[in-house]
Amino acid sequence: MMKLNSTGQLVLILVAVAYLLGVYFISSPVWMGFTINALIVAVLALSWNVTGGFGGLSSFGHAVLYGTGAYTSAILQVTYGVNAWVALVAGIAMAAAVGGFIGALAFRYGVKGSYFALVTLAFAEVFRICAASFDFTGGGSGLQLKLAPGISNIQFADRTVLYTFLLAIVVLVMLLTAWIKYSRFGAYLVAVRENEDAARALGIDTYRIKVLAMAVSGAFGGLAGVLYLQLWLFIDSSIAYGSSVSIEALIGPIIGGAGTVWGPVLGTLGLHLIGEGAKTLLSNAPGLNFVLYAVVLICALRFMPNGLVGLAGRIGPFAKKESKDA
Amino acid sequence: MLEVENLSKSFGGLKAVSNATLQVPEGSIVGLLGPNGAGKTTCFTMIAGFTKPDSGSVRLRGKDITGLAPHHICNLGMIRTFQIVQPFAGLTVEENIAVGAYLHHHERKEAMAVARDVGKRLGMGTLLDRPASALTIAGRKRLELARALATGAKLLLLDEVMAGLIPTEINEIVGIIRQIRDEGHTFLMIEHVMQAVMSLAETAYVLNQGVMIAHGTPRDLVRDPAVVEAYLGHGAAQRLQEDDHA
Ligand SMILES: Nc1ncnc2c1ncn2[C@@H]1O[C@H](COP(=O)(O)OP(=O)(O)O)[C@@H](O)[C@H]1O
Ligand SMILES: [Mg+2]
Repeated sequence: MMKLNSTGQLVLILVAVAYLLGVYFISSPVWMGFTINALIVAVLALSWNVTGGFGGLSSFGHAVLYGTGAYTSAILQVTYGVNAWVALVAGIAMAAAVGGFIGALAFRYGVKGSYFALVTLAFAEVFRICAASFDFTGGGSGLQLKLAPGISNIQFADRTVLYTFLLAIVVLVMLLTAWIKYSRFGAYLVAVRENEDAARALGIDTYRIKVLAMAVSGAFGGLAGVLYLQLWLFIDSSIAYGSSVSIEALIGPIIGGAGTVWGPVLGTLGLHLIGEGAKTLLSNAPGLNFVLYAVVLICALRFMPNGLVGLAGRIGPFAKKESKDA
Repeated sequence: MLEVENLSKSFGGLKAVSNATLQVPEGSIVGLLGPNGAGKTTCFTMIAGFTKPDSGSVRLRGKDITGLAPHHICNLGMIRTFQIVQPFAGLTVEENIAVGAYLHHHERKEAMAVARDVGKRLGMGTLLDRPASALTIAGRKRLELARALATGAKLLLLDEVMAGLIPTEINEIVGIIRQIRDEGHTFLMIEHVMQAVMSLAETAYVLNQGVMIAHGTPRDLVRDPAVVEAYLGHGAAQRLQEDDHA
């Protein structure tokens, strides 16, 4: 699922895999609980990676996709008594549709760069305000799922089973990401990122590719939102559509390596480890993890433009081939 | 193969191209000449669908393609290159060419194989794994040509692929273009390098201040007073003639 091209990348990935498997053996509820959260964010990061990483379409409002997945599933389950798995699929589909719609609208009018970031941010904010105002979204008090453990409800009484479930989903989304990366669609998306005019000349319908990327990103982001809902059984407007969600979506890929398969996961895990460490050290000052994220982000942008994966790629290269695979 | 009729385009008050008409027969190499700012690149952007002409029509193999999007036109077998080269800087040479090859080869393996093949044919075999950003200007010009060729397009619009090259590089690319033509391609090329146009093009058009002022074999064109005036300024033709007689 990936081409490794250096010892550094191999070591980096082995460490991450060892950590993810190690969680089974440490049997510490704190570690497991924290890693479970990180895995859900990793799915969100992989969502941002499709558009922001491969396509260079930096969204600042991925909460709109995450929240739409979560709300769709919650409304279907709470109000209409729909099965959780069906609701999960509906959540993914709805988020993909919203992603495609935002893309279709923004790219029809040639919105680019920081304007695209602003448009997505605006959508997330509008959705947040709507979710807080309407009755069918539970208004200000949010939506609460009934506690009913069982596979058919996607609720896991056993944390180890839950962890395994989430790990499997992360692996699945990584496999899909790898498939995108090495497909025609992925090549076209990267071409759009690198030079849109050249892409158009070479026969690429760049509008279609970008809208499609938003839809795929929507599907991944919606999935992340549904997973959050199934874990906590509760959402409200700021949990689902808050800007902190949008920030978490982009920070992992940027630190880990945007446009790579492992980068978003590595970045998210690393970041959460740092955030968690700081929280325990500095006795739970709320919001402090975001200050720390900002510092890490600035350092990452300054010192490792291609993220952890890019940095590791320079350590002990296997061959002289210079590309950013992982 | 390509028929352009009365193409016009204005930018604000400036008439960049007015009533340009030209024909490119299948299998030929046709030149498009003219001083800087004459409107040559603007012609290309209109023909290839990057900007809509104010008036006029473009027909490819008899089909009206005026105003079609560039990707449609490329699918119909016509492609342009850029005077200011536009590589996918973060990708390798092979990956760059593969983006073109993907148009008709949807599988990665096939697209990569086509890319390597085209790269080798254009003498870029040793550069395939290099990042495009590491290429020299000659390399980048050649990459433009390789990518365009990999799409399978039969009609190539080349915008100054020889500008900025040294004579040996020009000779190489002239040879390559002739070889590609013999394999069944057609060229319309904007070129400043007269030596290249003289040795490649069967016919050429000359554009000056947006107006097509001459059409003929390159040999005729260099003797055409209107062409000489356009390049060397008003009165130049007469001065040259006087020099000849003296
Ligand atoms: N997008 C544009 N907007 C305004 N003016 C333009 C634009 N493109 C070209 N021009 C003008 O049109 C004229 C023709 O330009 P161009 O087609 O690039 O000439 P050439 O390729 O023959 O050197 C020039 O005067 C140029 O400044
Ligand atoms: Mg030009």
